[in-house]
Amino acid sequence: MINSVGLGFVVLLSAMGAATIERAEYDYYRYHPMPEIFKWMLQIAEDHSDLVTIVNYGLSYEMRTISLLKIGLNTGEKKKAIWMDCGIHAREWIAPAFCQYFVKQILQSYQTDPKMQEMMKNMDFYVTPVLNVDGYIYSWKDNTTRLWRKNRSPGPSGCDCYGTDLNRNFDANWGTVGVSFNCCSNIYCGSKPVSEPEAQAVADFVGRRKDDFLCFLTIHSYGQLLLVPYGHPNFTASNYDELMKVGLAAADAIKKVHGKNYTVGTSPDILYPNSGSSRDWARMQGIPFTYTFELRDDGTFGFKLPENQIQPTCEEAYQGALHIITHAHDKTFSSAVATAAATLWTMLVAVGVTCATQM
Amino acid sequence: MATGKLNPNHYPAQRAAKVVQHYLNTRYGSPYRVFFLHRVHSGNAEDVADSGRKYQLEISVQDLISTNTEKCSAEVLFPGGEQQRSPHVQASCEELRKIDTKAQEEALYQQYKTNPSLLAAHLPDSYGHINPEMKPFWHLGAVASSFIMLNESTENTLFNMAQVANVTQLATENDQLRFDYHILLHEMVSQDIIHWKLQVSWSPSGGVKVLQMEQLPHCHHCEKPPNTN
Repeated sequence: MINSVGLGFVVLLSAMGAATIERAEYDYYRYHPMPEIFKWMLQIAEDHSDLVTIVNYGLSYEMRTISLLKIGLNTGEKKKAIWMDCGIHAREWIAPAFCQYFVKQILQSYQTDPKMQEMMKNMDFYVTPVLNVDGYIYSWKDNTTRLWRKNRSPGPSGCDCYGTDLNRNFDANWGTVGVSFNCCSNIYCGSKPVSEPEAQAVADFVGRRKDDFLCFLTIHSYGQLLLVPYGHPNFTASNYDELMKVGLAAADAIKKVHGKNYTVGTSPDILYPNSGSSRDWARMQGIPFTYTFELRDDGTFGFKLPENQIQPTCEEAYQGALHIITHAHDKTFSSAVATAAATLWTMLVAVGVTCATQM
Repeated sequence: MATGKLNPNHYPAQRAAKVVQHYLNTRYGSPYRVFFLHRVHSGNAEDVADSGRKYQLEISVQDLISTNTEKCSAEVLFPGGEQQRSPHVQASCEELRKIDTKAQEEALYQQYKTNPSLLAAHLPDSYGHINPEMKPFWHLGAVASSFIMLNESTENTLFNMAQVANVTQLATENDQLRFDYHILLHEMVSQDIIHWKLQVSWSPSGGVKVLQMEQLPHCHHCEKPPNTN
């Protein structure tokens, strides 16, 4: 008797946290400069304190904090995890917009969807809205900086250009293919593997927890592609067949939303060979489901995707990401047990919500 | 190099098909007609002795403005040899000429012929917006860019126009409207942004012509670094 009341009380508290109404509406369908994104992160963590914490996990070259939102139910146990990062390339503005939408969507979905409730119980979502903070801020500076790609560390001595391509800087066949050693190039891979603090931050944080991660999704634009490892043409991922199968199903899910075609394949097949990507590094750490998303469009507007396309792009990409995440989750958490747990959990949340509305 | 039957989703066919897009825009493009590659249906590549590589493609292109899609058959020849030379393209499409943009083109032409005053920058702006009255000049920029993108394309490049940095109207000459364009191209493989200055002429009957083109240095205040291996 006392046990069930105690349990009901705990559930009630968490349901109250989840039912908190959002304050001033954040516009997910416009591009936001970094200060607004950071303020949004604080607001989300405050509004959903039962589920969300901010984790600062590194410093950019210009000494800005690199932060992520950790989203999931605190069960007190070690949990499996999903990684998503956006904005590793500064000019790909639709990517940070998607990360923000993704966070909003999973929190919203949690309120009513038993599947999301189950996933939040079993896993933590680690979402970095803007990884290349310095580069993103620089791309907002004026009309001449909008198309900046790299980070903002200075080149080696003797070089008058700034920036390393963070997505060529990871320790994954570093410096072998699809890179330039010319420091002015937009695919300059850096002075050595993980020379850049932004890449180091990811490698440290994810590396320490690599056995926990089921998924590593890195979000870019443009091209409408889902890229699977590896970027080097001579290496094939051990689970390539599964990655393709899940990727193609994700592309189907994307197409069902607004009819857009996303091509699925390895980078050397459908785009170009490359090395030192975060996706390849993550796969080499043993994280099974690693994908690069290249969002809209196909080159019509390219990096300057009109704001009126933010919503449809986010909606379709969400379905694609959700498919991959759900597959990874279901593969790990046996479905029979999961269904029973989901039903029980839904019941408890419903009880909690009912009690909250009666107060 | 991929030879024989090509996977239509893989980059060799996709890059060759993009070249066809550029070609179609140089032939048929206007302020009210811009084509984009929509789909590659099938492709074939072969080495041509001493002459380079030839691609045969079945593709669909989409008109940006009307959103009509058309099927095309095309051949792209990338010349071999030491110097990089422009690809040669032949293409035939189903319905290409039948889209009627005459009235709109005439209206635009008359408007800017009587008052040569156009001055615009940043099409699109940082947020992807283009003022509706400026859209035809963004289209014209895309068509003019296609001449450069066609010239510069190889099997190792994929070009899109990233932005019209600015466009200025010059005095009308020989009944052709004339414009100075500063255009930014995005090359996908190198991820570079390349600046070009173009002088463009257009009239509804004369189509789009590029009179002068000049690549601008990447960064005016940057020095070229020493080569590193």
